[in-house]
Amino acid sequence: MMTPSPALLEVKGLKAYVESTEILHGIDLGVSRQEVVAFIGPSGCGKSTFLRCLNRLHEETPGGRAEGRVSLEGQDIYASGTDPVRIRRRIGMVFQKPNPFPSMSIFENVASGLRLNRIAKGVELEARVEAALREAALWNEVKDKLDASGMSLSGGQQQRLCIARALAVKPPVLLMDEPTSALDPVSTAKIEELVIQLKKETTILMVTHNMQQAARISDRTAFFLYGDLVEYGPTTKVFTTPSDRRTEEYITGRFG
Amino acid sequence: MKDIPVEKNLVDLFFRRTLYGFAVLAFLLLGGLFVFLIDLGLPAFKEVGLGNLMSLEWNPPLKSFGILPFIYGTLVSSLLALVFSTPISVAAALFLTEIAPRRIGAVFGFLVEMLAAIPSVVYGLWGLFVVIPWLRTSVEPFLRKSLGFIPLFSGPIYGVGMLAAGLILAIMITPTITAICKEVFGAVPRPLKEGVLALGSTRSEMLWIGVVSSSRSGILGGMILGLSRALGETMAVTMVIGNTAEISMSLFAPHQTMASAVASEVAEATGVHLSALGVVGLVLLLISGCLFLFLRWSLRKGGYSR
Ligand SMILES: Nc1ncnc2c1ncn2[C@@H]1O[C@H](COP(=O)(O)OP(=O)(O)OP(=O)(O)O)[C@@H](O)[C@H]1O
Ligand SMILES: [Mg+2]
Repeated sequence: MMTPSPALLEVKGLKAYVESTEILHGIDLGVSRQEVVAFIGPSGCGKSTFLRCLNRLHEETPGGRAEGRVSLEGQDIYASGTDPVRIRRRIGMVFQKPNPFPSMSIFENVASGLRLNRIAKGVELEARVEAALREAALWNEVKDKLDASGMSLSGGQQQRLCIARALAVKPPVLLMDEPTSALDPVSTAKIEELVIQLKKETTILMVTHNMQQAARISDRTAFFLYGDLVEYGPTTKVFTTPSDRRTEEYITGRFG
Repeated sequence: MKDIPVEKNLVDLFFRRTLYGFAVLAFLLLGGLFVFLIDLGLPAFKEVGLGNLMSLEWNPPLKSFGILPFIYGTLVSSLLALVFSTPISVAAALFLTEIAPRRIGAVFGFLVEMLAAIPSVVYGLWGLFVVIPWLRTSVEPFLRKSLGFIPLFSGPIYGVGMLAAGLILAIMITPTITAICKEVFGAVPRPLKEGVLALGSTRSEMLWIGVVSSSRSGILGGMILGLSRALGETMAVTMVIGNTAEISMSLFAPHQTMASAVASEVAEATGVHLSALGVVGLVLLLISGCLFLFLRWSLRKGGYSR
């Protein structure tokens, strides 16, 4: 089958290493535009590593290295001579633990990506910051204290601040690594709602340990196990009639 | 409640008493130092008065004991050292923690720490025979020619003087500031640095945003520690500053610092002169003490959570 794929992101034979240990054993996977893809699987099976390969952050891990093809809008991000900085400008990332920049105010945190990439300044910058904070459902809580330190917010607010920071540059792809694992149910619900809203403009790849969350918000689900992609398909199918026995065992909690 | 065995109890008591004793001793020493300096300086207050002590003129034979030139010399030479040393220290620490391969980083780190172990008289000798001739023949003439319209870089050139003292002090405090910066840069969490990178920053932008500016309070702490070393440094400064109790805007002009004045005059001083040197020592102690308190305060205030 050689039909031209509509994929935004196309991964072929991706292997990842730390030192000489192979962590991902050749992953093939495609993601189309305006999709939410959930990544599930037991701890230590390589989900975070996979996401970090997509914005070339894995190579910042000491001893980290990746092989294979990852094309973003048809361009191989691992082709020699490709500057990882350019790639990271088009792929936003939200980490498991909120990591606002401690020396910056709330406003500056959100503006940082816009300033770094010289996307906007002055009035336009302010407008973009406000829009990003609104998108991240944080504007109402911080609009009166934009000059306060980002560290002064609660954990859930910090995480939404980090989401706003990633959204401000309007990346076509957003990677989220367990963004709600440290949050209370209210903050979690806000972020889930946000993900569904964002889908219209941004493709989202999200790691989660919460099966209900994966089922609620994702269009497709990928199940990782020991560095292999065991199953990848529409979420309803993966959750109701998985084709691999191990997927079923994991989802129903009978795994291991 | 069961009884604790007696011997364990006694040992414990003995230890606590001893530690208590040492703490009290440290306190007494500090207090004694103050009392001693006040006692030494009091006659000067009585005989020549505060007005004389706070004047610009230090001339013991003429009974002028103005200590302002020394205060000026100490503060300006120390600040100069800080201005020279801070950028170098921050850059060195960045290089050692973030850029250099581990091996090279270790070797260079070792060398920088070695600088702290060199006796200050050696720095003084080197300053006298290497730095000062270089300043006199190349640097200062060049500065005067290109920037002479600024008072800082005008006036006669001797070689010895404020600029020489600032340079030597800068070299002497660089290991201190570098060591502190290395410590705080090394403590910047990886996720923070990765967060900056993930936004599409270049390596140098990441170092600036993620490492340097998020370590601001730590860098300030290192600077204050370096400053307090520079304030009290005596031997090397005595050898290169020119030992002249004057206040001049020119960095080329010879000056005198508090520590250096006490060290070089105390042997010949008697009576009010000696007492005035006691006042100089007291002021130096007060300035250092205030700086120390400010350091503690800024470190506590700067203890941001990451
Ligand atoms: N810096 C590192 N050094 C050595 N091994 C690492 C490193 N980071 C990850 N690994 C290894 O890579 C494997 C995959 O790790 P990864 O973090 O991708 O798992 P994960 O699926 O995200 O797990 P979790 O659900 O717990 O977040 C693990 O076996 C881990 O031990
Ligand atoms: Mg993970």
